[in-house]
Amino acid sequence: MPQLFRSVSGGLINRSELLRFTFDGKDYTGYEGDTLASALLANGVRLVGRSFKYHRPRGILTAGVEEPNALVELRSGGRQEPNTRATVVELYDGLDANSQNRWPSLKFDFLSINQYAGPFLSAGFYYKTFMWPPSFWEPVYERIIRRAAGLGFAAESNDPDHYEKANAHCDLLVIGAGPTGLQAALTAARAGARVLIADDGSRFGGALLDERVTIDGKDGAAWVDAAIAELESYAHVRMFPRTTVFGRYDAGTYGLLERIGDHLAEPAPYTARQCLWRVFAKRSILATGAIERPIVFGDNDRPGVMLAGAARTYANRYGVQAGKKVVVCGNNDDIARTVADLGAAGATIAAVVDTRATGGAEDLGRPIYRNSVVRRALGGQYVQGVEIGEVGGGISTEKIDCDAVVMTGGWSPNIYVATHLGQKPSYDEKIVGFTMPSDLGEMTIAGAANGIYDTAGCLAAGAAVATSALDAMGMSGAKGDTALDVDEGPSGQIEPFFYVKDATGKCFVDFQNDVTDKDLKLAIQEGYDSAEHAKRYTTFGMATDQGKTGSLNGAAILADALGSSIADVGVTTARPPYTPVSFGAWAGHAVGEEFQPTRRTPMHDWHEENGAVFVEAGLWYRPAYYREPGETTWQESSDREVLATRGSVGLSDVSTLGKIDVQGPDAGAFLNKLYVNGWTKLAVGKARYGLMLREDGFVMDDGTTSRLDEDHYLMTTTTANAGPVMAHMDYCHQILWPELDVQFVSVTEQWAQMAIAGPNARKTLQGVVDDFDLSNEAFPFMGAANLTILGGMPARLFRISFSGELAYELAVPADLGIAAWKGIMAAGAPYNITPYGLEALGAMRIEKGHPAGPELDGRTTADDLGMGRMHSKIKDFIGKTLAERPALKETNRPQLVGIRPVDASERVSAGAHLLPPGAEQVIANDQGWISSASHSPTLESWIGIGFLKNGRDRIGERLLAVDFVREREYQVEIVSPHMVDPKGEKLHG
Amino acid sequence: MRIDCPHCGLRSNEEFTIKGEVPKARPDAEAGQDAYVDYVYIDKNTRGRNVEHWHHSGGCRAWLVVERNTITHEIYSVIDVQEAQ
Ligand SMILES: [Zn+2]
Repeated sequence: MPQLFRSVSGGLINRSELLRFTFDGKDYTGYEGDTLASALLANGVRLVGRSFKYHRPRGILTAGVEEPNALVELRSGGRQEPNTRATVVELYDGLDANSQNRWPSLKFDFLSINQYAGPFLSAGFYYKTFMWPPSFWEPVYERIIRRAAGLGFAAESNDPDHYEKANAHCDLLVIGAGPTGLQAALTAARAGARVLIADDGSRFGGALLDERVTIDGKDGAAWVDAAIAELESYAHVRMFPRTTVFGRYDAGTYGLLERIGDHLAEPAPYTARQCLWRVFAKRSILATGAIERPIVFGDNDRPGVMLAGAARTYANRYGVQAGKKVVVCGNNDDIARTVADLGAAGATIAAVVDTRATGGAEDLGRPIYRNSVVRRALGGQYVQGVEIGEVGGGISTEKIDCDAVVMTGGWSPNIYVATHLGQKPSYDEKIVGFTMPSDLGEMTIAGAANGIYDTAGCLAAGAAVATSALDAMGMSGAKGDTALDVDEGPSGQIEPFFYVKDATGKCFVDFQNDVTDKDLKLAIQEGYDSAEHAKRYTTFGMATDQGKTGSLNGAAILADALGSSIADVGVTTARPPYTPVSFGAWAGHAVGEEFQPTRRTPMHDWHEENGAVFVEAGLWYRPAYYREPGETTWQESSDREVLATRGSVGLSDVSTLGKIDVQGPDAGAFLNKLYVNGWTKLAVGKARYGLMLREDGFVMDDGTTSRLDEDHYLMTTTTANAGPVMAHMDYCHQILWPELDVQFVSVTEQWAQMAIAGPNARKTLQGVVDDFDLSNEAFPFMGAANLTILGGMPARLFRISFSGELAYELAVPADLGIAAWKGIMAAGAPYNITPYGLEALGAMRIEKGHPAGPELDGRTTADDLGMGRMHSKIKDFIGKTLAERPALKETNRPQLVGIRPVDASERVSAGAHLLPPGAEQVIANDQGWISSASHSPTLESWIGIGFLKNGRDRIGERLLAVDFVREREYQVEIVSPHMVDPKGEKLHG
Repeated sequence: MRIDCPHCGLRSNEEFTIKGEVPKARPDAEAGQDAYVDYVYIDKNTRGRNVEHWHHSGGCRAWLVVERNTITHEIYSVIDVQEAQ
């Protein structure tokens, strides 16, 4: 298909490199250097999408990131991406794009009937219509709205590409590589500053690539090439094309999205598709240019109606004609250069329509209508003519045939990134736009973003702000950079004009959200009389373009409707990101297995080789159970492990417990502060259970701590609290008791630790220890010792028990973990030693009524757990005073109890609530809850532990357990939490 | 946001954990419940310049006294707690 709208020569495209692409399944060609939008226009494709609400035909309005209309679905399969702006999609060979929001086809869209139902779809339509009955929301209304108002579809399979995150540091971040940014970067780079310059375009240059301009006798693009070459020659300069600075954050931190592979069919091998950069800059210069405003007139959304700057860009940069016969309208001096550039590209100018009575170029060689406006665009799927009339005349006086309308309502400084820290822009009547103060602390705004629209002024501003940034950083630049000689068309002179007051047809203010002037006026009538309220009510300024083109026009309409001023109405708050950032970039490598770090114990490989099924405990992977041949459920495996342990001997990996080595003359005194119970009198070679409170009197953590030497203790914590307890100890030592002479360090990962439990635990251990007396007399319950095993392997042995059995915990240096584990397995073989996992460990601790995570949930006191008597009366400790508060001493507090089902076959479930039988199931009758539950093979029943008001005095009572989540109820009996071996005879054996 | 740890230099905020504003000194063991309620629960909750405890939990593990603006996140000073005492 020939490119009928391509000019015969010119532009920055490579005409020798023909690229094939498809749009809605049809084949087209373009050139290297094209965007999808320029290539579509070159092929005469005007209609590229349907609008959000009314499904009106839409074309291409802009040539940049601010595009509200030309949103397309790119690629297919896992790489499908909705809502990409055709104006910034770089063309590549084989590109495959589809229009969005149309059904069944773009040219015949069924839901475009919506536009004739216009009055019913006015502001607040969704709020007003889909209100009642509430039960209709999900099944009926939501589906209707989703189908009617979609913005494309996301991919339905996994993204095959990968994304990266990176950090960078610099002296000066230059945001935007147009004339201002390039000149600023050159100035700073010449002075030796570390410069990072980023631009969202594929090529540096900004407006210098779009406009016909001569700098020092060179055309704009040639000057840019020279600037890039010079910047490349400096090792201290980093250049980021295809990179958007999307957010400004605290203290000189910026978010950047680098699109590494988006311009390719798929990223090159071993490269990321996108990289999310966090840049720390001492200073920054915002040189993001300006965004042109449309003029609001009737049916101003017809395909073929385009911004004048965009039409010049298509003509100058891409050699593409916006139309063959063009009406140029506007309110400022850009009219003249538009007429010149479009004419040079081969278009006929049908008429010039200028809102100004005087000013501008007098002789453009075409009919000029002064003091006039385009009142309405004519045509259906593309523009075929315009109706014009006098400004404020109220009627159309003439019809002009054309195939394109290009409009300029003036420029709005692109200050979005500057406003991200909360400063509000203010209205500047001189430049007819919202601006920010140029000096924003570590950021300076310069060039068109600061309301300077001529190239010479931008170049000078770039040099000047870079020089002051260098001064602020104490670096000296080459002062007084030689002024550059610039030749370009006139610009600057403007008379404010925003919208045609009495136009016919729909007058769009926000194209992407289908918000018209009438919608805004209606919002005011209905009382939404601030910009922020009107925005939410009408959806003006929302969605992917965030109202970049329409915000000032909207403010002008709101101001008139309110009888107020644009300055008073203001603009809505812009927040990061400036343009959409994909979820993939935010996630980076944190996807799937790499979502978070994985911690494995030293014996992990053994577990894996022996049938372990793992469970995540925080970042740790712990064996939940070991599946033997023939076992099909976790409960079968767990029951076997419990019975084998209680019947003979079991071995469990407990390396994940937090271990903190505490040393120093005041180590005992320090532990006294941390725990409710005392430590200074603990004998060397003994272990003790400790309970730790927060300062508010609630339990923080528990564990066993051993005294290995006079000045040396080894503390253990629960797996989950290892980190928080360590931070708490740092706090206590550094802030509360710095005078205590004590040092401590986490040794969790330095030691492999394993529990040997069961009646044959001693006999098993006998087979591994080197010459160590394990007898009950020599090494009784709560003993702790240094020893060697397996012929000289250093080890620590603790006679402690979580299972309630005769049990030991053995610790060896981490790299010896597997050797020790295998040694114990061998020594225990005659007793059929059985490895057991977290499920069996949980079952046994519930049988014994030992609290764990579900019981230590931050709401329980020591007394709730039945350990109130552990509180020392004679020493100060964290939480001592506030644990004595009356409410924490009440007998009616929930206390730890055991739970047995009345029917032994009934499954007990954690989370169920305890209520008196027959009582109404309301919160007022709630008596407590079940915190942990398990099947107990020892008792041949399900069991649980939980909390019951005044529970210790209610042993034997029967209550109803109500599990609201699983919708079950069952009778339970309250028992002592110590359900197996309540006297503890086994563990002392 | 970055914090200039006196031991480690300028580091990213994800290495640090905030505890909250610096409380009054921990009362004596015999000071009674009112003193402890005041110590544990009553904050000035300043909007603006606030003096806070931060832990360099992903670094040197020092507790720091950070003077910070709660509106702008500007940091005025960072010292080790031991220096503050
Ligand atoms: Zn540090």
